[in-house]
Amino acid sequence: MAALDHEKLIAYVEKMPAFPKSVQQVVHLSSDLNASAKDIVHVIECDPVMTVKILKTINSAFYGLPNKITSVQRAVVHIGLNTIKNLALAVAAMGMLNRKNKAHFNTDDFLLHALTTAAISRMLAERMGLSSSECSDGFVAGLLHDFGKAVFAEFMPEEFRSALEKSKALQLPLQQTELEFIGLNHAQAGKILAEKWSLSEPLSDAIAHHHSPEVGSNPLRDCIFAANQISKHLHFGNAGNPVIEPFPDFMITRFGLPLVLLLDELGDLHAVENEALAFVRG
Amino acid sequence: MKFKFWGVRGSIPTPGPNTVKYGGNTTCIEIRTNDNDLIILDAGTGIHALAQTLLREMPVKAHIFITHTHWDHIQGLPFFIPIFIPNNQIKIYGGLDPVTNESINRALSVQLQYSFFPIREAQLNARMDYFTIKPGEPIHIGAAKITPIVLSHPVLNFGYRIDCDDRSLFFTGDYEPQLNIHDPQDEEYAEFQTYVDAKRQEVILAMKGVDALIIDSSYTSAEYASKQGWGHGTYDSAIKLAADAQVKKLFFTHHEPTRSDTELDVLFQTLLKNNPATGFDLMLAQEGAEVSL
Repeated sequence: MAALDHEKLIAYVEKMPAFPKSVQQVVHLSSDLNASAKDIVHVIECDPVMTVKILKTINSAFYGLPNKITSVQRAVVHIGLNTIKNLALAVAAMGMLNRKNKAHFNTDDFLLHALTTAAISRMLAERMGLSSSECSDGFVAGLLHDFGKAVFAEFMPEEFRSALEKSKALQLPLQQTELEFIGLNHAQAGKILAEKWSLSEPLSDAIAHHHSPEVGSNPLRDCIFAANQISKHLHFGNAGNPVIEPFPDFMITRFGLPLVLLLDELGDLHAVENEALAFVRG
Repeated sequence: MKFKFWGVRGSIPTPGPNTVKYGGNTTCIEIRTNDNDLIILDAGTGIHALAQTLLREMPVKAHIFITHTHWDHIQGLPFFIPIFIPNNQIKIYGGLDPVTNESINRALSVQLQYSFFPIREAQLNARMDYFTIKPGEPIHIGAAKITPIVLSHPVLNFGYRIDCDDRSLFFTGDYEPQLNIHDPQDEEYAEFQTYVDAKRQEVILAMKGVDALIIDSSYTSAEYASKQGWGHGTYDSAIKLAADAQVKKLFFTHHEPTRSDTELDVLFQTLLKNNPATGFDLMLAQEGAEVSL
């Protein structure tokens, strides 16, 4: 067992490049004088690595935000588009995540899972009647909930591969086998990173407890918990966890419906999948 | 407190017969407190003429606040003669660049390199100090309180509010209020607009009730249509901000480099005609003009 410690985890993320498609898009859009601001912002918002690196920077005490922000759009309004664009370019200059890693973890499928979970999580937050900024937190929480896995795949591929294989073979929750091979699971890693990035308490809590719905009460966490199960149920991408967790009773109360009926009510979600696919494979 | 404009031109110095009245030097504003503490906002080419006047009052203790590191706001730093003279104390304040992670000392050190300037940084004889300052955290210099706020521009830009001797002044540096990047029919439009509105309120609060608001107004509204994203404001956006912040005097600055004295005069007369009852004074910033508050 390798036992990944906090410092190492944080150092890995510092070195972590972004996803191939967004790196290409950011470079392409930044060399086009006529590119629209919203296109550039959209690319950044769909890449977990670019999103966290920008939020981490803008939330630091040097830029005077009284409350920590979780929205790239808000960062644009605060400091100006060009600075955000150049922060994204700096991330792009670090290279791109390997599509083929030693963990045999498909990063396209991972991103598809993250993006669909994000979009569904925002839909659920809207359905719950949360405020517009909480709904946008719902998207960010979904986008980042499995971030730890991307770090494991890039920097601890052998250990992560063992965790993936055992989870698949024995149909065990991935967070359980990660603990065995890495000494830390992706929810715990996500919590450490979210705190390091100064994400808001509900967001950090949602990422930390997206596999432990029994802990505390957090509507944002419930949104990503449910969105995560829905995305897995519909096979939108794949983030390596074969287990679909049932809704606990309080979750059924929260949404007024169990998973299957909630799915019915949300209607055809393939538009969500197609939009994410267009971004990932484009 | 009083202040004097040493440079009011945007982007590039524009000497010549067409800019004699308003001046061709780039941004520099000298502020003197009642106790004669010296605060300088930006170090464009205007700082060179200011430096000449300081040679009479050695040793100099100067506090230079840089709004942002675009060339027209730092170009005069190597020509600020007091930096070469022993016993002077020069303190330079600015933000931490989020993209390069570099502090404000780079604004000078990057210019003092073999290829660009004959004197090296190690040869500066004054005592040089650099301070990384944070928005919302005031700096106190004698009786003056200087508070930075982030104002959007293509590079990190601070606006500064100076409160001193029961008077107040706000300078934007270069500032283009961020517009909504979405079209009204887009799903994201409304949410983005809440951020735009919230930021505007933050800016208005920072400028609230100042005796003098000195604001980047490079363009007319008609010109702005083709210059969105270039990082500058308009005369109209300046007037609206000044009205909302209930300021006493509004100074338009960062004059567009191709704008002649005659054009500025015509523009200004039109502005006065179109804005007859603002409740505050409108003025064009003019190199050499001194204002007591």
